[in-house]
Amino acid sequence: MIPALQASNPIVRWSWFVDEWDQIQAALVQHLELTLLALGLGLLLSATLAAVALRYERGAPSITAGAAAFYTIPSVALFGLLVPYTGLSRATAVLPLAGYTLLILVTAIIDGFRSVPAEVREAASGMGMSSRRRLLTVELPLALPYVITGIRIATVSTVGLVTVAAIIGQGGLGRLILDGLRRTFWTPMTIGASLSILLALALDLLIYHAGAAATPWARRRRA
Amino acid sequence: MTESAIRLLELTKLFDGAGEPAVTALTLDIPRGSIVALIGPSGCGKTTTLRMINRLIEPTSGRIEIDGEDASLRPVAELRRGIGYVIQEVGLFPHQTVHQNIGTVPRMLRWERARVDERVAELAGLVGLEPEQLGRYPDELSGGQQQRVGVARALAADPPVLLMDEPFGAVDPIVRARLQDELLALQERLRKTIVLVTHDIDEAVKVADRVAVLNVGGILEQYAPPDELLHAPASAFVEEFLGDDREIRRLALKRVGDLPFEQGPVLDIGRAPAEARALLDDARSEWIGLTSGGSFVGWAHRDHVEEAATLAALPRELPAAQVRASSTLREAMEVIMNSRTSVAVIDDGGRFGGIVTLEQIRSGLAGRDA
Ligand SMILES: Nc1ncnc2c1ncn2[C@@H]1O[C@H](COP(=O)(O)OP(=O)(O)OP(=O)(O)O)[C@@H](O)[C@H]1O
Ligand SMILES: [Mg+2]
Repeated sequence: MIPALQASNPIVRWSWFVDEWDQIQAALVQHLELTLLALGLGLLLSATLAAVALRYERGAPSITAGAAAFYTIPSVALFGLLVPYTGLSRATAVLPLAGYTLLILVTAIIDGFRSVPAEVREAASGMGMSSRRRLLTVELPLALPYVITGIRIATVSTVGLVTVAAIIGQGGLGRLILDGLRRTFWTPMTIGASLSILLALALDLLIYHAGAAATPWARRRRA
Repeated sequence: MTESAIRLLELTKLFDGAGEPAVTALTLDIPRGSIVALIGPSGCGKTTTLRMINRLIEPTSGRIEIDGEDASLRPVAELRRGIGYVIQEVGLFPHQTVHQNIGTVPRMLRWERARVDERVAELAGLVGLEPEQLGRYPDELSGGQQQRVGVARALAADPPVLLMDEPFGAVDPIVRARLQDELLALQERLRKTIVLVTHDIDEAVKVADRVAVLNVGGILEQYAPPDELLHAPASAFVEEFLGDDREIRRLALKRVGDLPFEQGPVLDIGRAPAEARALLDDARSEWIGLTSGGSFVGWAHRDHVEEAATLAALPRELPAAQVRASSTLREAMEVIMNSRTSVAVIDDGGRFGGIVTLEQIRSGLAGRDA
């Protein structure tokens, strides 16, 4: 299956890179879109589930257990399971990917809110703060460092997982890899994989810095 | 000023699932503009009582009146904004600067920005924070500084009532003493109604106008001014809680200026040695104190007085142990114990005011009120 390295089939043939730039760029954009959709949906679902878990403490273990169980389902099997319902659509790719972020994000959000010191909550209420205002101006900012760490991990793992979406025809960098495999041609494989890694690193760095800017008080703790 | 700002009437709190009430039929009148200390063993319901006053906990039965009005009938947010709350663990918002922390309630009240800034600066000065500390995060302050921020934050919207739950618990004794002094100075100016929870009987005695001693279950054992509490404990529990040295603690309550102190064997150095000899005989004293221009300059021994031509020429052998009229008797006793003269000289900014002896301190304690 893996092609041998030869002079005619080098790791990267740069002329291909230049010739196929349009295709590469499109794959990169698709990859980014799928990643962001999956993360956005995952974050939305996770916030809801975490809110329920925090509200009903007794429900929390089953919610995290559910997210963990989902995480164990192989992605290929999950795509196959969804195809009869959603066809070879974007939804078929995005839903499982979003599902895989739940375990990381739900636990991160729960941990974040649980990290808010009880006395900080008490001080806020004692000053006559409404619970809504307390949530938005006190609890959410204090939970943020945990949430950001969760988002970073979820992002990196989602960028990697998105490559698999190519098998249901959703494009992305995975398509380049598949293409290379089919034609036993190194260049697209190398480029697809490298760009996927670079994308993951770039997004991680971006979120890290955005998070640092949003949580200046945590600088000393981070250090 | 004996009108009560807060009245607790038969206040009882039984937590769900608890066998015994945490607070039992507690009735307490808290006079406006005074500091009341709640003291008692751990778990006796002090925090629970405070939290019922600002309705973080609802009582099982009984009533709280604030300014004569039933607190349970007032909107809770409005009620709490009129009550500054300093919690034991300080509870500053770690993600906000000192400035933002202090400005929390004014911002909630939608004050204009300039007014918030002005108020924050004013409060910082009031509690002794440096302007450059306002931009820091709570993590970047010492424990004592954090507690000041907690007090400033509670005072921000100028609430007439202040609830303080062990506000100086987290700092070392030296800083605690300073913060207590600052609280007293602040209270001189602000005249708030303050309910202060403490573990420390010395703190209660020092800062409070009245002390409520609670037993386990929030049962009120005694409610009295500090001096009365120390001098006449109402029950065996209070007596034991105060400890065997409670009379000594009373020394901290009285000031040198309260004593009927004497001039003592003290003369101006311009006077004749004969006068000094007569004075020494009268006082049956070994030593004579000398003043010059109204200031105390030292002690001279009687042996030298016999031979001296002028008092100014006398060798002054002992340095004076000095106290101020505003010193507590406890401080005066400390000074006297550490000096060879067994008297302390009252000196207020270079002016000699008289002398204090151990005997005077002892008889000062015997009288119930000085
Ligand atoms: N929310 C609660 N639920 C159930 N029981 C509580 C609750 N809060 C306090 N208690 C109980 O009520 C009693 C009084 O507690 P409280 O915190 O008022 O004591 P305290 O006098 O402030 O003690 P400490 O000096 O240790 O702070 C304790 O037995 C405590 O366990
Ligand atoms: Mg307590």
